[in-house]
Amino acid sequence: MSANTVLDWGLGFAQGMLVLAMALAAWRMLRGPRAQDRILGLDTLYLNGMLAVVVHGMRTGSGLYFEAALILGMIGFTATVALAKFLMQGEVIQ
Amino acid sequence: MNGAELPVWAAWLVVALAIVGAGFSLTGAFGLIRLRTFYERVHAPTLGATLGMALILMSSMLLLSLIEGRLVLRDALIGVFLTVTTPVTLLLLARAAAQRDRQERNPDAPPEV
Amino acid sequence: MSRLLPYPILSACLAATWLLLNAPLSPGNVLLALLVGLMVPAVMLALRPPSVRVRAPGILARLAVIVLYDMVRSNIDVARIILGLRGGERRTGFVTIPLDMRAPFGLAILSIILTGTPGTLWVQYDSDTGCLLIHVLDYTDGEEWVRRVKDRYERPLMQIFAP
Repeated sequence: MSANTVLDWGLGFAQGMLVLAMALAAWRMLRGPRAQDRILGLDTLYLNGMLAVVVHGMRTGSGLYFEAALILGMIGFTATVALAKFLMQGEVIQ
Repeated sequence: MNGAELPVWAAWLVVALAIVGAGFSLTGAFGLIRLRTFYERVHAPTLGATLGMALILMSSMLLLSLIEGRLVLRDALIGVFLTVTTPVTLLLLARAAAQRDRQERNPDAPPEV
Repeated sequence: MSRLLPYPILSACLAATWLLLNAPLSPGNVLLALLVGLMVPAVMLALRPPSVRVRAPGILARLAVIVLYDMVRSNIDVARIILGLRGGERRTGFVTIPLDMRAPFGLAILSIILTGTPGTLWVQYDSDTGCLLIHVLDYTDGEEWVRRVKDRYERPLMQIFAP
């Protein structure tokens, strides 16, 4: 097997695993049962989505996906912090 | 994909790191489904945020370094960023959950400190 | 020294980040990195963040190795618990740890360590009493967890961030 075949199949498999992880997180987000469970699911969804973008960047061999992954991580962090803060006090900005 | 000039062992190493990392991440997401209470479930995603993330980023740095023929450590920044932010999100979430559980006097609410 | 470089660690981190983002190492990039490392902390001076002093770099290095080892081991432990590979009864529970450390940077690092090792979760810290409430996934003995956090992490951190 050439290096290219190994990389293509192996990274594709890893990407599939991450997408499955995203599906599981989305299930927890939709299912609840409580608000904190949904936020936890959203956080996990962001995390695995970011890792999937990194692996996709490896498959295409381009460095462009690095910025996308970094921004996904930042948006996920901000969203989770804002939602958790809302859960705690009922107001995001105080 | 332009990994044709890569040695085969390097490709296997990159793939192994990525798959083991993705496996940890998947296990963490599976824990979200499998564990029973909220406080148990908060532990699950840290698997992906620590070792899963580290292995995938190592694999990415290794591949990019081999392709470009120089040391590319850019992805380590994602690792640093995640390491610093994950405690903040989980801490806030756990505190919010604890406060809600205490207010509602749930049986599995954490004790007062 | 202190006027020109008020936060040497911050300067070094900023310069390193700049170099990592603009990867091919060229003289121009190094110059720009040095400029960023010198200028941005001067702007930060207006915010007056408390400056941090790291003592005992040897202890810091040893702590880093311990944390790395604990992280890998506890990752495998939690993965086994989730996949149901570990037989026997498992209990979870909350543990209250009375901390002696008050340094804010030390507490921040401790929270990163406790989150970075899956199986322990920082729930609440009361700055008046210094009590820390954590949730552990594999609750065997409360006293053991208190000893572990205090001996393994808190003592080196107190030495590193000693005032």
